[in-house]
Amino acid sequence: MKKSLLVVLILVLIASLFLAGCSKEEEDVIKIGVFEPITGANAAGGELEVEGVKLANKLYPEVLGKKVELVIADNKSDVVEAASAAARLVDRDKVVAIVGSWGSGFSMAAGDIVRDGKVPAVAASATNPLVTLDNDYYFRVCFIDPFQGTVMANYAYNNLGAKKVAIVREVNNDYAVGLAKFFEDAFVELSGDSNAIVAVTNYNTGDQDFSSQLLNIASKNPDVIFAPGNFTESALIIKQARQLGIDVPFIGGDTWETPEFIEVGGADVEGVVFSTFFTSEVPITKESEKFLAEYRKEYNKEPAAVTALGYDAYILILDAIERAGSTDPVKIREAIAKTQNFEGAAGIITLDENGDAVKSAVIKTVKDGKFTYLDTIEPIQ
Amino acid sequence: MFFQDMTFELFMQHLTNGISLGSLYALIAIGYTMVYGILRLINFAHGEIFMMSLYFAFYGVAMFAMPWYVAFIVTIILTCLMGMLVERAAYKTLRDSPRITVMVSAIGASFFLQNLAVVLFGGRPKAFPTVGLFTDVLKIGTVSLQRLTLMIPIATMVFLWGLLYLVNKTKTGMAMRAVSKDHETARLMGVDVNRTITITFAVGSILAALGGIMWGMKFPQIQPTMGVMPGLKAFIAAVLGGIGNIHGAVIGGFLLGIGEILLVAFLPELTGYRDAFAFIMLIAILLLKPTGIMGEKISEKV
Repeated sequence: MKKSLLVVLILVLIASLFLAGCSKEEEDVIKIGVFEPITGANAAGGELEVEGVKLANKLYPEVLGKKVELVIADNKSDVVEAASAAARLVDRDKVVAIVGSWGSGFSMAAGDIVRDGKVPAVAASATNPLVTLDNDYYFRVCFIDPFQGTVMANYAYNNLGAKKVAIVREVNNDYAVGLAKFFEDAFVELSGDSNAIVAVTNYNTGDQDFSSQLLNIASKNPDVIFAPGNFTESALIIKQARQLGIDVPFIGGDTWETPEFIEVGGADVEGVVFSTFFTSEVPITKESEKFLAEYRKEYNKEPAAVTALGYDAYILILDAIERAGSTDPVKIREAIAKTQNFEGAAGIITLDENGDAVKSAVIKTVKDGKFTYLDTIEPIQ
Repeated sequence: MFFQDMTFELFMQHLTNGISLGSLYALIAIGYTMVYGILRLINFAHGEIFMMSLYFAFYGVAMFAMPWYVAFIVTIILTCLMGMLVERAAYKTLRDSPRITVMVSAIGASFFLQNLAVVLFGGRPKAFPTVGLFTDVLKIGTVSLQRLTLMIPIATMVFLWGLLYLVNKTKTGMAMRAVSKDHETARLMGVDVNRTITITFAVGSILAALGGIMWGMKFPQIQPTMGVMPGLKAFIAAVLGGIGNIHGAVIGGFLLGIGEILLVAFLPELTGYRDAFAFIMLIAILLLKPTGIMGEKISEKV
């Protein structure tokens, strides 16, 4: 009985080797890696970006006369897993370029791997400046956090009239810590008060109880709470704050824009304000209109900003492959670096010397259980 | 310096939150400790059984539109059956194997359930249904808190009383105590050892389900990996109190819950190290008193 099981197992293993060997022979396919959190705490964010990439792949399935195949690698919302997922894409799957990841920390974990493996990566919504800094092989199609932090600090100071702000940040998330820092610097400068930030408190990804942190910062009487971090934890934080009788307004960053944020937060997240990349209410380019029409047809709902960015990252890579006229990753990298005035769904993309896109930010709020457009903030020149 | 902003009201609010969190740890910790008491096995899949109970409740209310009390009863029954199934599949077949084999099997069961949940329910988090009766906010003077925060410790005490009655006053309980002392002798005395072990898993899983339902309403967000941290914390609580001892698990749970909350309350700079606190407690207790607070010295069985 046990022996027969073993034989079956060995046969399956041999069969799988054979199958894997077969797929390698198909030379006419161009492989693009999709490096995203499909499971774990950030799964919803990753999935939204993958939706955008898949839609783009459906609309633009070919380049240089060859079919483009997406290879999806799950980084499991974990920085250690992220490094090995990226290494798999580079070493085993031999992709020519990579899209992703949602979450700056995962992109940073993959930084050395794509640079050493000489495979260009284009992040969709990773906003921490360190993702592309000193890395010739990492690019992004979104703005960076020094800008986003300034946008939200301005909003808190000018629109909400805040004088004292408390910060709640996801301390093991590079994105949240970076954004909190940029916000803090900008707000202190705006208000001219070096004590304007009355409290900074931390939590870890996956935490569920925030009562003690919230009671602590409430005792400092802030006018606004800035809480950059993952969507589910942020929704729980706001919910628990309301349960504890804290009715200070909450503001946050681009990671909040997922359906789960509203599902988990319910009525308690009504009125929160955050910055993001794109809104379906004000299409910017021809590509935006095409993207919106196709997305609504395919998924029958309104797209999130990160979905548009995932879409853009894919079409930007395709455009670069075409301009390079080659599937050599190094040549593709050179072509990506030269991207100028490229028309994406979420705006015009011109990459600067660091490989970052300079773009306007959009401010949204939650109204009647829906993300609603408030304002557009132009980049600082 | 610590107490500069700490009013009595604020302290009481922290303490209630701590007791409420501690109660949940205690309920899960009992499952670990009972299984250890009987099998000398750390049931690593216990955190996943807890996680599954939340999904059962979620699907009961959100998908099948059951009234909450029906859904919760169904959840308890399903979780109980799942606990027994895990025992049957992963542990019973290895009853006479070395302990390390069973432990590897336990870790395997844990990963299996976690990944099964990813496949069945998807990796994206879901919003756990809340029941107004429990989750409404209560205002006492200037202090406001969720009704649940007060209900959880009371419910925990009731369940605990029921458990102690079962273990100390019934025949089944006597069998459990006998099996935990010595399998062979218990068998010679006419105790059905396998049946007793199954009942132990059932009871542990029922408590995990009760803890899970209350956890879900308090922190209304569920995902397949959510069993890991509460599972680990409850395990630490069980070790802290003296693994194998039910009173110990409860004391350990409360100590850990209150300790975690008060650490953040008094030392806000250390908020990011909250989980580290739990593990430091574990290391400290293992160094200072390896048998735990309530634990007795157990001589190695031959």
